[in-house]
Amino acid sequence: MAFTPRIGVYTCHCGINIAATVDVKAVAAYAATLPGVVVSRDYTYMCSDPGQGLIQNDIREQNLNRVVVASCSPRMHEPTFRAAISEVGLNPYCFEMANIREQCSWVHPAGELTTHKAMQLVASAVAKAALLQPLEQRSASVTPGALVIGGGIAGVQAALDIAEAGFEVTLVERSPALGGHVAQLHRTFPTLEPTAGFLQPLIDRATQHPRIRILTRSEIVDLGGFVGNFKVSVRQGEATSEIAVGTIIVATGFEAFDATRKPELGYGQYPQVITTADFERLAASGEIQVNGKKPQRVVFIHCVGSRDQAIGNAYCSRVCCMVSAKQARLVRESLPEAEVNVFYMDVRAFGKGFEEFYDDVRKSGVIYRRGNPSEILRRGERVVVRAEDTLLGQAIEVEADLVVLAVGMTPSRGTDVVAGLFKLARSSDGFFMEAHPKLRPVETSMAGIFLAGACQGPKDIPEAVAQARAAAAAAMIPLMRGTVPVEAAISSVDEELCAGCGQCASLCTFGALSLHPTRGVMTVNGVLCQGCGACATACPSGAINLKHFTFDEVMAQLEVVTGWAAPVSALQPREEQAVEA
Amino acid sequence: MLQIESRPFARDHDLFACVQCGKCTGGCPMTLKTKLNPRSLILRLLTAGNGFDLEPFPELWDCTTCSTCAKRCPKQVSPMEMIIGLRSAIVEKGAVHPNVKAALESTFRHGNPLSLPREQRGAWAADLGVKHYTAGMEYLYYVGCTPSYDPRGQKVARALVALFSKAGVDFGILGNDENCCGSEVRRLGEAGLFEMVVEDNTGAYKELGVTKMFTTSPHCYNVYRNDYPKNGMQVQHYTQVLAGLVADKKITFSGSLDKTVTYHDPCYLGKHNGVFDEPRAVLRAIPGLKLVEMDRSREKSLCCEGGGGRMWLEGTNPATRLAMMRVQEAAETGAQVLATACPFCVLMLDEAVKTLNLEEKIQVLDVAEMAAQAL
Amino acid sequence: MTATDIPKPAALVIGGGIAGIQSALDIADAGFKVYLVERSPSIGGRMSQLDKTFPTLDCSACILTPKMVDAGRHPNIELLTYSEVTEVTGQPGAFHAQIKKKPRFVDVDKCSGCGLCAAACRLTGKVSSDFNAGMGKRAAVYVPFPQAVPLKYTVDPNECIFLTRGVCGKTFKCKDACTAGAINFDQKEEFVEVDVATVINATGFDVFDATRRPELGYGTYPQVITTLEFERLASASGPTAGRISLNGNLPRRVVFIQCVGSRDVGLGAPWCSRVCCMAVAKQAHLAHDRLPGAEITVFYIDIRAFGKGFEEFYDRVRHEGVLYRKGMPSEVLRRGDHLVVRAEDMLLGEIVEVEADLVVLAVGIAPRKDATQVAEMLHLAQDATGFFAEDHPKVRTVESSQPGIFLAGCCQGPKDIPDTVAHAKAAASAAMILLAQTEKAMVTSYAAN
Repeated sequence: MAFTPRIGVYTCHCGINIAATVDVKAVAAYAATLPGVVVSRDYTYMCSDPGQGLIQNDIREQNLNRVVVASCSPRMHEPTFRAAISEVGLNPYCFEMANIREQCSWVHPAGELTTHKAMQLVASAVAKAALLQPLEQRSASVTPGALVIGGGIAGVQAALDIAEAGFEVTLVERSPALGGHVAQLHRTFPTLEPTAGFLQPLIDRATQHPRIRILTRSEIVDLGGFVGNFKVSVRQGEATSEIAVGTIIVATGFEAFDATRKPELGYGQYPQVITTADFERLAASGEIQVNGKKPQRVVFIHCVGSRDQAIGNAYCSRVCCMVSAKQARLVRESLPEAEVNVFYMDVRAFGKGFEEFYDDVRKSGVIYRRGNPSEILRRGERVVVRAEDTLLGQAIEVEADLVVLAVGMTPSRGTDVVAGLFKLARSSDGFFMEAHPKLRPVETSMAGIFLAGACQGPKDIPEAVAQARAAAAAAMIPLMRGTVPVEAAISSVDEELCAGCGQCASLCTFGALSLHPTRGVMTVNGVLCQGCGACATACPSGAINLKHFTFDEVMAQLEVVTGWAAPVSALQPREEQAVEA
Repeated sequence: MLQIESRPFARDHDLFACVQCGKCTGGCPMTLKTKLNPRSLILRLLTAGNGFDLEPFPELWDCTTCSTCAKRCPKQVSPMEMIIGLRSAIVEKGAVHPNVKAALESTFRHGNPLSLPREQRGAWAADLGVKHYTAGMEYLYYVGCTPSYDPRGQKVARALVALFSKAGVDFGILGNDENCCGSEVRRLGEAGLFEMVVEDNTGAYKELGVTKMFTTSPHCYNVYRNDYPKNGMQVQHYTQVLAGLVADKKITFSGSLDKTVTYHDPCYLGKHNGVFDEPRAVLRAIPGLKLVEMDRSREKSLCCEGGGGRMWLEGTNPATRLAMMRVQEAAETGAQVLATACPFCVLMLDEAVKTLNLEEKIQVLDVAEMAAQAL
Repeated sequence: MTATDIPKPAALVIGGGIAGIQSALDIADAGFKVYLVERSPSIGGRMSQLDKTFPTLDCSACILTPKMVDAGRHPNIELLTYSEVTEVTGQPGAFHAQIKKKPRFVDVDKCSGCGLCAAACRLTGKVSSDFNAGMGKRAAVYVPFPQAVPLKYTVDPNECIFLTRGVCGKTFKCKDACTAGAINFDQKEEFVEVDVATVINATGFDVFDATRRPELGYGTYPQVITTLEFERLASASGPTAGRISLNGNLPRRVVFIQCVGSRDVGLGAPWCSRVCCMAVAKQAHLAHDRLPGAEITVFYIDIRAFGKGFEEFYDRVRHEGVLYRKGMPSEVLRRGDHLVVRAEDMLLGEIVEVEADLVVLAVGIAPRKDATQVAEMLHLAQDATGFFAEDHPKVRTVESSQPGIFLAGCCQGPKDIPDTVAHAKAAASAAMILLAQTEKAMVTSYAAN
């Protein structure tokens, strides 16, 4: 029996996000006239429970076999609607989305043309829906272990959580020791607790943990496989070994800003000018001295390499305000005679107990002066900091024996390499980009690879630790479940047409295509293929089709769009409007 | 009352980007000695509603346009351009100092701001046998107003002719046909006149088929490089060309110059355009010469106070000249020669040496002059 | 019974805001049962009240709704809305909790969420809507917002005429209207007992009560509102459908005042609330966007734009023409039909008066008013500030003072959404470790027996 599409079309208002610029009712009415459409409705929020309920009801009562939702980008809600239709027995791939928000209502003014574009998008989605084929949802088993890259506090914490939950973890660190930047800190804000007090127990637990294997002086050189079954090549010295893991956490940290990039501040030129990182070592040595003398006048300068578009770092480094406050406090403690000035633009004391600590630091006698110093010059034995005190409205000069530059955080050196190996996206600040800035802060665009700590952006210790544990939770889920879903919309080769030329294989970044040893045609590894479609476009004989995006489906969409004419008659909705809650 | 519409002005100059950090005012060479405060001025403009009176701000004419403020601004605001814009508003209303008026009028009439006749412009080179620029020559040497007319400046121009002739560089000058580049006109705020100058010069160079040019003055270099419409013409400061010739061994110094020298970075060469190394490379190539650095060098160089139209203005505090501070800083290094690469700097620093009675101790020379001496 | 029949250990998550939802989803995804308890009629929490989120201007409902729906239909999550945890006893791996299910007076199995009851209620449009921060009205029988999960109506016992006075006219309007027969005034509160291995406390925050700064005129002048109220005004699903208007008029001059109830030692709120600077930046952007030509001024002490993309967003908002002035306004006064905000512009060093048709107070994040009761019930320590105390400020911020009970989100201290989500996932990780270890112990003990 020939397949007859019974399509339901659901047009979303998205509050006023779509409805303010698109005549949603007209779109719904128009959709009802399209071939194959048996029901067309509109609703304020299709993604809400009642919205999804509408669709499920229609599938049951009107025997729909294909569903089109005209709303937002499929990036957010395609999984939502696929889940909704499969709950009532429809194959999740019998679903198509028309993006009339990002591609229409948000980018065009209100008016007839905008509504027409929405209609075109819907018509095109309906044309594709009529051709959609159900696809088999598959799953793959998961290697019950994880890889953590980076042995700073984030990496160590993430490794510990996963190991405690019962899984094997390999922790790879480039340097000879664990601890990262935190190990170089003397005390921490706002409690002034010595860092070693909480870091060392973590390192000890990790080192002694029976399920954690630590590889120091090691680097990742290659990555293969996919979520659940990654194959990672690790080089330690001369030897390269391959590790099989289910999930990966990237915790490659940050690098301190190179202060010589602000030559007017004299770092590297005057011995009296140091960075906050240098100060930690100085403080840890027990004596705060410059040229063998105790400084009598100390100046801290915030935002060196942060909030500075002139050097291309527009972002705030998040920790420097409190680092300076802590260090200023330490100066007051060990050199009570010394005068301490802190130059700032905004004091960002935002964390738990931070504002209270900042209050305490000011009360201890540290002078905060609002102004971003412009230059540092030599004056005899001392240096002089030139700035405007913007609250006084006066250009001033402050002499100092010690100037501490609060250097910001920048992406670590290895970021490029890791990004390349793992195909991770980066945000404009150069750090790794999370999957969603609000709700998916540890996920990446690559399934099974997660971010922990400052490699995703500047963070203080508790934030890095929380992020690490969040990444651990995300990485543990597939390990605990034991299986992962595998993409169903993958390439397929028509063996009648394939000449076995291998052009497709050279383009495939996932290594999913290979020549069949006996049949002389290309075959697709259904687990490795991610459905990017590069092979399908490259195949000279048209032998490769991408499931769910077949040539027929795409051509049908194009034909609708290119041959589209606006409806002329005033159309009435065929179906009754849904009652709003 | 010198009322301006502050709202569109703030928008045009992107003043809303300012975070009031004070980096501009803190680094400005003038703020310690005059009332000038760019940071405060930005805020006053932003909060003024839509009317702002410029009358109470004579310090607008103190700005030397050294660009320290703009280069260091973390939010990429240019207080310098803001001040130039405010000057424009004043110029439009005609409320300018008679000296400025004279300089602008002279540029319009005579093609130079010095009120000197156009037909005298090429006189300095009459006995040098320099070729007049014709199409097909490699370089146009754009001499500039001060090196053309001022006796001190002419020495530099002559030295350059000697150097480039020696190196066999294919170049020519425009002589009496040369016109002011308009750099100072623009910085004095005469936007209309500047536009006219740009049009005249651009047309003339196009007609002549100029593809490469070098200048005596960093000011001329800067204006051609940054303020003229991009037209594919390559502009260099002479120190860049010279450093290339030295590196390629097309110029070798047979003489020696046994002197301790410190180099003053002209703002329009260093801060504005990032040319720090080439003049130093030329000096280092001179046998016997010992180069020492002042504390304030390169990005931190102290302005001589000669730019931004300040050659024609005293400013609100003429008593302490930055050039005097600069000469003292140079003298402290023990240098016998204060070298620089800008005709304005040479004039300002020379003057300061005289005022301070340090002629016995330190001498101001242009890099070109020193190189020519060592040929 | 075989090893596979051993029931998996469960977790209790208290609070159905984004923190609780995220913790519950992670634990449930890992295969453990979760009881998610929310005392209001719907999960969603504070995030569901927001219009857009900074700095990406994502529509808050658009990104939250799928999470709510996921939580609502997850096979491993049992939602207990309109419910409160009343008692927790036991120890890590073996807690016992009692949960009170408050009567909705609506049979949730019958209610289809159609809204006929609310339309019929005698108090329709008369009851102040908590969800809309008092900016809108609803009926005595209500759902807080259209995307509520579950979408089931609830009779407000403090407002319903029948429940407060014992009689509602001659006949129950709501009952008559309901075609499903779902309204049931005989419902009584019920108690549910659950055994769980671990508990996550995600009870969130209250906003600072702005009337405690009377000089700012909140509660006195209708033109003075809070940032939370502004969210509802700006929201497409809010009472004005996204029109930022007061009494139907569009303000031409908008002033935002930061740090109301934050960094205020005098009022016992010395902490920074961490989100207000960016919430204001976002709202200033929305005001700029939706009130063309309006003059927008922000008074601040320090701009704390510290998160990813925040400084860049602050740059963008200033570029749009929002005027930032350093200074904490001292008072808001009436002048004719508008208000005047008096402050020192500290950078000008001058006292200024800025006229305003709308003043928005950036109210801080405060501990829940009943945080102490929760602390007593769970035996948790609180900080001097009233937020729940973590075990270590650097490396154990999700561990509470009680082993096996974890903290997620703003109940531990102010956080923005991504920090809350990360914190919630971290709490989930800690809980999952305990769940995994409990499960292993159960299997081992089964095998031993």
